[in-house]
Amino acid sequence: MVVANKYEMVCGLEVHVELQTKTKIFCSCTTEFGGEQNTHVCPVCLGMPGALPVLNREVVNYAIKAGLALNCEIAEFSKFDRKNYFYPDLSKNYQTSQFDLPICGKGGLEIEVDGEKKWIGITRAHMEEDAGKLVHSGDTITTSNESSVDYNRAGVPLLEIVSEPDMRSIPEVLAYLEKLVQILEYTEVSDCRLEQGSVRFDINVSLRPMGATTLGTRTETKNLNSFSSVRRCMEYEVARQARVLDAGEKVVQETRTWDEGQGVTLTLRSKEEAHDYRYFPEPDLAPLVIDREWVERIRKTLPELPEARRARLQALGLSAYDAGVITQAKALSDFFDAALSSYGDAKTLANWVMGDVTRLLNTNQCSVVDSPISATQLAELLGLIDKGTISGKIAKSVLEDMYSTGKDAGVIVKEKGLAQISDEGALIGIIDDVISANPQSVEDFRAGKDRAIGFLVGQIMKATKGQANPGLVNKLLKEKLS
Amino acid sequence: MESVSIGKSVSELHELLVHKDISSAELTKAYIDRIQAVDPDLQAYLTVLEDEAMAQAAEVDQKIAQGEALKPLEGIPMALKDNMCTEGIRTSCASKMLENFVPPYNATVTNRLRAAGTILLGKLNMDEFAMGSSTENSYFTKTRNPWNLECVPGGSSGGSAVAVAGDEAAFTLGSDTGGSIRQPAAFCGVVGMKPTYGAVSRLGLIAFASSLDQIGPFTKTVRDNALVMNAIAGYDALDSTSVPYETPDYTKFLVNDIKGLKIGIPREYFGEGIDPDVAKGIKAGIQTLIDLGAEVAECSLPHTEYAIPAYYLIATAEASSNLARYDGVRYGYRADSNDVLGMFKKTRAEGFGQEVKRRIMLGTYALSSGYYDAYYLKAQKVRTLIKQDFDKAFEKFDVLLSPTAPTPAFKFGEKSADPLAMYLSDITTVPINLAGIPAISIPAGFVNGLPIGMQLMGKAFGEGALYRVAYTFEQNTNYHSLKPNLSGEVLTCGSR
Ligand SMILES: [Zn+2]
Repeated sequence: MVVANKYEMVCGLEVHVELQTKTKIFCSCTTEFGGEQNTHVCPVCLGMPGALPVLNREVVNYAIKAGLALNCEIAEFSKFDRKNYFYPDLSKNYQTSQFDLPICGKGGLEIEVDGEKKWIGITRAHMEEDAGKLVHSGDTITTSNESSVDYNRAGVPLLEIVSEPDMRSIPEVLAYLEKLVQILEYTEVSDCRLEQGSVRFDINVSLRPMGATTLGTRTETKNLNSFSSVRRCMEYEVARQARVLDAGEKVVQETRTWDEGQGVTLTLRSKEEAHDYRYFPEPDLAPLVIDREWVERIRKTLPELPEARRARLQALGLSAYDAGVITQAKALSDFFDAALSSYGDAKTLANWVMGDVTRLLNTNQCSVVDSPISATQLAELLGLIDKGTISGKIAKSVLEDMYSTGKDAGVIVKEKGLAQISDEGALIGIIDDVISANPQSVEDFRAGKDRAIGFLVGQIMKATKGQANPGLVNKLLKEKLS
Repeated sequence: MESVSIGKSVSELHELLVHKDISSAELTKAYIDRIQAVDPDLQAYLTVLEDEAMAQAAEVDQKIAQGEALKPLEGIPMALKDNMCTEGIRTSCASKMLENFVPPYNATVTNRLRAAGTILLGKLNMDEFAMGSSTENSYFTKTRNPWNLECVPGGSSGGSAVAVAGDEAAFTLGSDTGGSIRQPAAFCGVVGMKPTYGAVSRLGLIAFASSLDQIGPFTKTVRDNALVMNAIAGYDALDSTSVPYETPDYTKFLVNDIKGLKIGIPREYFGEGIDPDVAKGIKAGIQTLIDLGAEVAECSLPHTEYAIPAYYLIATAEASSNLARYDGVRYGYRADSNDVLGMFKKTRAEGFGQEVKRRIMLGTYALSSGYYDAYYLKAQKVRTLIKQDFDKAFEKFDVLLSPTAPTPAFKFGEKSADPLAMYLSDITTVPINLAGIPAISIPAGFVNGLPIGMQLMGKAFGEGALYRVAYTFEQNTNYHSLKPNLSGEVLTCGSR
C-alpha cells in the first residue's frame, strides 16, 4: 500500500487459532466453549502443586494437518518450552509453548487481490496452551475493585501461525486472513468461530519511504478478533505512523492494543518494558519426535483444499466466479459435492445452489449445515425436472415446500398432484377443446403467423394449471393443425 | 508402654502380621505411641494421622480375619515427606505458602502405597520446597538427628530419615533432587535409595527441579528398600518423564554374593573437603567388599568439579519457574493488597522463606535474556559431559562407590549462615541427579558417634546391582542393626 505517495506499508501477522480437539492440550478437560466458570478444570489446567502435563496426541495430529495444508515443513524433532511471565489468567505463571523448535517450519499460501496472485510466506507455526479469562467488576484489571478468573479456557490448544512480513496493503492482509481461515476450516482443525474468540490476530506493521529496501520501525498490535477490526485497526495505525513520520519523528517500537470503541490503537508497553519471557525447555514433557510415517498418515486425511475444489468445478464447466462462490465456505462446497454425487449436471446444480437454495437459507437465516433440505433431496428434485415429471417453474415452488416441510420432492409432487400431464389421451381432449374455442388463432397460424401457436399453448397450460408437459403439447398441437 | 515390634524391619513385621502374632491395629497403635513419645524431641512429623491410620489398620485386620493373603507391605505403617500430595490431607512442603493447602488428589506414589495396603501415619518435615541439606529451612520446625539431638538430620528429606532411624515409621518416602534422600539417610544411619530418573512417577510430587526430582524409599534394611521399590516403581502414563520400563522384582537381586563384581572408586569423590575420618570409614568398607570377592579399582569422573555450579544453575532455573504458580490467586497463602501486582509481590515475599527466595532469584537470573547461554545452556552442556563421564565409567565397572556425604551430620546453625559451604557439601550427590542414574546410601560405620553412609551408584535402571552390593555389605556388617539411644545419651561406636 502506498500511503500518501510517500510510504510503503510492510505487514506480517501472528494468528492464534484454537484447535478444535475434544480435550485440552495437557489434560483431559473438555475444550467446549462457555460452561459455568471454572467447571472445565482439573489440577493440571489449574496449575495445582504436583500436577504434570501429558501431551494430547490429537493436538499434534491437528497441528501437522494444518501445517501440511499451509505448505509448511513438519519438524522431525520438536519440543516444548516454558514462556515465563506473571499474569493471573496464567495458572502456572508460565505458558507451555514452543520456542526455537516449533512443529511447523517454513510454508505459505497464495492470495489473489484484484486479479493478481501473490505468495505470502509463513515463517513457522507452533503449539501452545491458551490462558484463562479475567472477569473484572470494572473496565480493566487496574480500575476494578474485584476480578475473578475463569480457567475453562486455560489449556485449550492453540496453533500460533507466524507469517513473513510479505503483505504490502490492507486488502492483501485481509485476503491472507480469509484464505488462512478458509484453509483451517477446510482441514477442520478449527471451527474458526471468530465471535467466540477462537481466532485472534496480532498485527506487525511498519512504514518505509517508497523505494527503501530496509524495514522501518514496527509496532505490534495485539489481540484483534475480527476481520473488520483488523481493517479498521490497520487503517488507523498506518495513518498514525505516517503522521509521526511526516512530523519528522520516529515511530517507537512497542506493543499496542486496539480500542474497538474509540477506534484507536494505544501503547500497551514499550520495548524497554517488554517482557523477558525467560524461555527454557519444558522439563515435564519429553521432546516430540515425529517420524515421516506419522506425517504421511496425516497427509492422507487432508481433505481436498479450496483451490483444488475450485479447479475441479471449473473443469466440470462452472465459471471461475461460480466455482469461487461455491468453494468459499467449506459447508456450502460440501453440500454442493454431496448433491453432485447423485446429480451430474454441475452447471444446473450450481445455478440452483447459488440461486434458490442460498436465497431460501438467507431469508430464513439458516446455515447450510442446518439446511432442512439435504443435498440428496435437492438432487432428487433436479432429477424430476430432467425426467419431465415437473417443470422448472413448478420445481421452485416444490423447493419452498421442501424447505418448510422437510419432505422429499417426489412426495410433495405426488401429494399435491403436481406431476406434468404427459398422457397423450388426456391432452388430446383439452387440445381439441382449445382449438374449437379459438378459431381465429387457428386461422392465424395456418396463415403463417407462427406466434399464434404460443397463444394456443398458453391456453392449454392454463387449462391444465401449468401441469401439461410443454414439449408434448407443442408436438400434439402442431400435428393437429397441420 | 512400647511394643517389642517397634524397630523391626518391614519383612519381619510382615511375618508377625501373617502369623497373627500382632494385628495391624496393634502395630499402628504402637507406632502412634512411639511418635507421641519421641517426636517432641525429634520433630520428624508435621502431621500425624492417628484416626485415619487406625481406620486403615482395621480394614487390613478384617482382611486378615477373613483369611486373605497379605501383600508384602499390607498393614505396614509408613509416612510420606510432606511434598507428596495426599488427597484431603494437608501437604505443606514445609512452607508458609502451603501451610493450609489440602490437595484434591493423590500423588501416584500415595495411590500405589495405598493399593499395596500400607497404613499412612502422617506427613514428614523437610526443607521448605525441598531446598536445603539440613531440614533447617522448614517453616515449621527443626527436625533433630536421633544420634545426636544437637545435630541436623540432613536434608531435605530430614523428617523421612529421622522417622525411620527413630522407629517412628516402618519405612518412609523422600525425594531427592541433589542428594535429599541419600545425605539424610547417611546422617541418620538408614538405607536411602534415589532411583533412576523416570523409574518412579513424579505425579503429585510438588516440584522443585523437574528434571532432577525423584522419589525413593528410606528403610532400615536393604530388603525393605527393595520391597518398597517393588510397590512404587513403574511406568505412569500421567508422568511424561516416566520411563516405560518393565520393573523387575527387586528382591531377586538380594543375594549375599558379589564375587567378581567390578566396583569403581571415583577419585574425585575423595578429594578436598572430605572428612579424613569419613574417608577412612569408607575405605574400611571398600576393604570389606574386596574381602567378599569384589574387584575394586580406582577410576575418574573428570567433570565432577563442575557438577555443583551446573546443578545450582539448572535446579534453581527450573525452581524459579516451578514456584511461579504460588501467587495467592488459586490456593495457598494470599497476602492482602489493593492491586494484583501488589498481591503477587507481597504473597511471595511473605509466603516463601529465605533459601527459597534466594534460589528463585538465582534461577530467574540464570534464565534471563543475555545470560541464558552463559549460564543455563552451559550448565546443560556440563550435564551432558557428566553423563558421559558415568557412561564411560560403567563400561568398566558394574557399580561405583563413594562416601555419601563428605562429613557426618553437623550441628544446627553450623552451615546455615554460609549457603555456599552448604551447597559444596553436595559434591558427592548432585552429579548422580544430573546424570539421572540411581544411587543408594547404606550405613557404613560411625565417626564420633554419628553414622556415615556409603554411596553406591549404578547405571540407569541398574538398581538391581546396587541392591546386590548393598545387601551383601549389609549381611556382612552390623551397622544397620545399631540404634540411637533416645534417652538422651549418645551412642558411640567404632567402625565395626
Ligand atoms: Zn484440565
